[in-house]
Amino acid sequence: MNPLLLWFHKLGSPPYFYRFAGRWLPWLYALALISGCAGFYGALFTAPADYQQGDSFRILYVHVPCAWMSLFAYLFMAANGFVALVWRIKLSETLAMASAPIGAAFTFITLVTGSLWGKPTWGTWWTWDARLTSELVLLFLYFGVIGLYHAIEDRRQAARAAAFLALVGIVNLPIVHYSVIWWNTLHQAQTVSLLGPSKIAPSMLWPLLTLAFATHVYFFASLLARTRVALLELESGKDWVRALLPSPETGHG
Amino acid sequence: MKSGTTTSACLALLRRDLLLLWRRRGDALNPMLFAVIVVALFPFALGPETAVLARIAAGTIFVAVLLAMLLSLDALFRSDLEDGSLEQLVLSPHPLSLLLGCKVFVHWLTTALPLILIAPLLAQLLSLPPNMLPVLLVALALATPLLSLIGAVCVALTVGMRRSGMLLTLLVLPLIVPALIFGAGACNAAQDGLAYSAPLLWLAAWLVLSLVLAPLAAAAALKISLT
Repeated sequence: MNPLLLWFHKLGSPPYFYRFAGRWLPWLYALALISGCAGFYGALFTAPADYQQGDSFRILYVHVPCAWMSLFAYLFMAANGFVALVWRIKLSETLAMASAPIGAAFTFITLVTGSLWGKPTWGTWWTWDARLTSELVLLFLYFGVIGLYHAIEDRRQAARAAAFLALVGIVNLPIVHYSVIWWNTLHQAQTVSLLGPSKIAPSMLWPLLTLAFATHVYFFASLLARTRVALLELESGKDWVRALLPSPETGHG
Repeated sequence: MKSGTTTSACLALLRRDLLLLWRRRGDALNPMLFAVIVVALFPFALGPETAVLARIAAGTIFVAVLLAMLLSLDALFRSDLEDGSLEQLVLSPHPLSLLLGCKVFVHWLTTALPLILIAPLLAQLLSLPPNMLPVLLVALALATPLLSLIGAVCVALTVGMRRSGMLLTLLVLPLIVPALIFGAGACNAAQDGLAYSAPLLWLAAWLVLSLVLAPLAAAAALKISLT
C-alpha cells in the first residue's frame, strides 16, 4: 500500500492518533505562541494607525482572524461530520465534536470584539446588519450542535446526530460569507482576498496574516488536545487506555 | 386501490394520523389559542395605540405563529415512538422519506392551516391595515410549510429524548431565521409601499428546495436516532 495512504489509515486508530497528537501538541502550541506574539507585535507596534479610525482599528487584528476561524472551524466540523456519517470513522466523530466548542469560542470572540470596535466607529454596540445577524445565527448553530451532543446518552449516537445537524446548518456558511455582498448594509465588504490583490496597505497586512496563521495553528493544537481527552473517555474500557494508567497494584486499592 | 403499494401506504398513514388527531380534536385547538393569547399580550405590553400596533402587527403575528408551531412540533413523532409504530415505519419496505413527508403534511394541515385561517383575526387584533392581509397570508402560507419541514428534521434528531422541548427550540430557531426575515420582510415592505415580490419568491424557492431535501434529511436523521 502507498505509505501515505497507510499512514492515513493508521491515523484513524485511536491509540495511534493519541500518540501522534501527543507528539505534535507541544510543537503546535509553541508555533501558535511564537507566531501569535510576532503578529501581535506587528499589530500593536509596527502597523501604522489608521488615518480615520486611529488606533481602534487594531481590534480588527483579533476580530478578523477569529471571524475566519469561526467559519473554518464550522467547515472542519461539518467535513468531519460528513466523513463520520458516511464512513463511520470513530475518530472523525470525535474530531467534529471537539471542534464545536473551539468554533463557538471563536464566534463569540468575533461578536464581542466586533461590538467593541463598533461602539467607537459606528457609534453602536450592536446593529441588525446582515453580517452580524448571520454570525449570531452561526453561534446559535454551534450551541445547537453542542447541546444535541450532550443531550444524548450514547456517545457515538450523539456524535452522529450532532454531526448531521452540523451538516444541515452548513447552509448558513455561504450566507455569512456573502452577506456583505448580498445585503449592502453597515458591515464593510471584504478587503483581504485570497485570489487577487488585497485592498489594504502591506504594512497593515502582514500582522493580520501572521495572526490568521497563529489562530489556525492554535485551532489545531486545541483540537488535538480536546480529541486526546475525548478519546480517553470514549475508549476508557480498552486495553490501550488501561496501559496508560498506573497499574492498580501500585495504587491504594 | 391495490394494497401494498407505496401510494396505499401513504394514504393509510395519512388516514391514520388524521383519525388519531380527530379522536383528540380538543388538543388540536391549542396552537390556535396559544397564538391568540401571545398576540393579545402585545397590546397589553405596548399600550392600545393603533399606529404602534399596526407597525409591528405583521412581525408579531409571524413570531406568534412560528412559536405555536414550534410547540406542537415536539409531539410530531412522540406517540408513534411510544407505541412502536415509528420503528415499523422505518422497517417498512416503502421509502421512509415519503412516509415522513406524509406525516409532515399532516402536521402542517392540522397545525399551520388553522393558524393561517385565524391570521385575519390576529391581524384585526393588532389593527393591521386590511389591504396588507393578502401579503401576510401568502407569506404565512409559504413560511409555515418550511417550518414543518425543517422542524421535522430536528425532531427526528431529538426523537428519543425525554425532555427535548428546549433543545428542539435551540435547534430549530437558527435554521428558521431566514424564513422569518423574508416572510415578515415582505409584509413590512408592502406596508411601506415597496415591492414585496422578491422576498416572497425567495421563500418559495427555499420551500421548493426543502420539499425535496427535508424529507430525505428527516429520514436519515431518524435512522441515526433509532439505531
